[in-house]
Amino acid sequence: MAYKTEKHILSLIVENQPGVLSRIVGLFSGRGFNIESLCVAETAEADISRITLVTLGDMDIIEQIKKQLNKLINVIKVIDLTHRPFVARDMALIKVRARPENRAEILRMVDIFRARVVDVGALFYTVEVIGDLEKIRSLINLLTPMGIKEVARTGTIALPRELKKRSK
Amino acid sequence: MHQSGVDIFLRSLMEEGVDTIFGYPGAAIVDIHHQLIQAPIRHILVRHEQGAVHAADGYARASGGVGVCLVTSGPGATNTVSGIASAYADSIPIVVFTGQVPTALIGNDAFQEVDIVGITRPCTKHNYLVTRIEDLARVIKEAFHLAASGRPGPVLVDLPKNLMQSTAPHTSAAAVDIKSYQPTYHPNVKQLHKVVELIQKAQKPLILAGGGIILSKASQALNRLAHIINAPVTATLMGLGAFPADSPRWLGMIGMHGTYRANMASAACDLMIAVGVRFDDRVTGKIEGFAPHAKIVHIDIDPTSIRKNVPVTVPVVGDCRVTLNRLNRLLQEAGLFWSPDSRESWMAEIETWKQTHQMRYEQADVIKPQYVVEKLHALTDGEAVVTTEVGQNQMWAAQYYHFNQPNCFITSGGLGCMGFGLPAAIGAQLARPDRVVVDIAGDGSIQMNIQEMATAVQYDLPIKVIILNNQYLGMVRQWQELFYHKCYACTKMEHTPDFLKLAEAYGAMGLRATRPEEVVPVLKEGLSIPRTVIMEFMVEPEEKVYPMVPAGAPITEMLLV
Repeated sequence: MAYKTEKHILSLIVENQPGVLSRIVGLFSGRGFNIESLCVAETAEADISRITLVTLGDMDIIEQIKKQLNKLINVIKVIDLTHRPFVARDMALIKVRARPENRAEILRMVDIFRARVVDVGALFYTVEVIGDLEKIRSLINLLTPMGIKEVARTGTIALPRELKKRSK
Repeated sequence: MHQSGVDIFLRSLMEEGVDTIFGYPGAAIVDIHHQLIQAPIRHILVRHEQGAVHAADGYARASGGVGVCLVTSGPGATNTVSGIASAYADSIPIVVFTGQVPTALIGNDAFQEVDIVGITRPCTKHNYLVTRIEDLARVIKEAFHLAASGRPGPVLVDLPKNLMQSTAPHTSAAAVDIKSYQPTYHPNVKQLHKVVELIQKAQKPLILAGGGIILSKASQALNRLAHIINAPVTATLMGLGAFPADSPRWLGMIGMHGTYRANMASAACDLMIAVGVRFDDRVTGKIEGFAPHAKIVHIDIDPTSIRKNVPVTVPVVGDCRVTLNRLNRLLQEAGLFWSPDSRESWMAEIETWKQTHQMRYEQADVIKPQYVVEKLHALTDGEAVVTTEVGQNQMWAAQYYHFNQPNCFITSGGLGCMGFGLPAAIGAQLARPDRVVVDIAGDGSIQMNIQEMATAVQYDLPIKVIILNNQYLGMVRQWQELFYHKCYACTKMEHTPDFLKLAEAYGAMGLRATRPEEVVPVLKEGLSIPRTVIMEFMVEPEEKVYPMVPAGAPITEMLLV
């Protein structure tokens, strides 16, 4: 049985304890699973963290990944967002060379992408952009000719969408 | 009232019913040992920490309970890793307590400091570093609960020295409540109805029993199922003893060194009911050739085992015993029963395979290792608890000591950890003082934990160590003979100690047989002496384990004698 490889966004609710991240990352490296991106932070409850993990695999591998994650004692819940409505965001900080002749163009692109300039230096602007992965990649591509000094990106964070109507 | 960390530790262990600990003291753990001698807990001083873990493993398997180890930090902790990994691979419930440097020194590269929680994360079911004395009682309670429940496994608890010396108010740990850990014991009945349907349609059903049957004490339920549906039964290495080998339904072990009829039956069956197995590569051979005509029912408490290696028709997550009992009840309530007549053609087919090839070996004027195991079986009435080392000795033990009861075959199945058998025998003998305990060993692997002879003698344990001495690392030599052009690279033991003198040096008894006619007298004498005995058998150096399925081939492609 061959299934096609697909990107899955997994949202893990875990106990906020030392070593939990290491258990999860170790599971992926030890079993040869793939991590595309990973974001970790506390939730509204201090003793619970949410890990948003993007992984690649066919149906069998994804099923095994979810089961193995569920088996970890500190993992409370594994939610696969892939086949349900969800909102997802990535963020990037892009430090781009701001030559006088490019500044207007940079600001125009920042405007079009609903990004923001969050730091202005003598030679560089730092641009903050939030959106999906495609949008961030596009902006980076467009700014590249002007000279990007460095980029910092988060992984994807995501939450399932709520129902639009109240159920009766 | 305030209690020290040591007080809390000892009280917690007594609450768990621990009566035996396998351990080795050291600076970071000595506070516990200091008080342990006054507690009603027996401490078995091993000679190497790996021995402590294997002994705890043997103790757990022979008793059906939880084995406990207590070792120091640093090298004491790292020496436990092979034992822990072996217990993890075989799902054996043990709790390993390691000393740790004081919390203020953690991360400082202190003397005898290692991050044992980090090191053992991938080979424990769970592990803990306890940093607050208030957590100690709860963590110990959780550790025992996790080790023994669900799919069992090893749990490690790292105990910083200052914690043992500090004090906290006396509190009793509440019942374990881990919201993220709720093993599924009770099967989904809808799934079981599907299983009943499959059974009704099947012409050639086969039951495959694994170590899960033994762990969940499901032998009776398994027997009942085999009786109701009148199906033949095979087992994995870990499942030996789960089903009586003297039953006419018994096919022998499946897999790389399985019987001809078991492997052929697995390829021909139209329904395989796999219970408490994980479809290891040594069982399945080439996956595409495994049970190609069968619908597969897979019953296991661990969902990750299901559909990991083999596609499954009906997955059933549940405890083996609970699930089989439920299934048996459903079958009985529906008035379903299969008579021997209804399975006549299927059993006839199996009988043909049995006639085509039986487990056998050529008698010769040198001792055959299989003969030693056969005679051991006869002289112990099949009632011994048998541990093994790893390699040919292990396979001959599995093939020729026909196990009729669970918890009697104790082997490092998943990890294949040489040096397992002797310390495991020590643990098993302590758990079962009423039984003859035998370690079936090779001349190679016995040397990996030979130091535990001193432990056996110190505690007057009458274990019998049978060394099948072929002067080779036999299993690897067999691979070299068959698949590496007979190039015996690094497998000849050019020098081994004189095991008889070694036995005597340890204060044990040593016996040796060099001719076939000496085998029975040596076994009889060795078994009759109520002391630790090494019996060395000088066996045919180039004897091979057959049948053998080459790694990666379908299990029907067996090399036969």
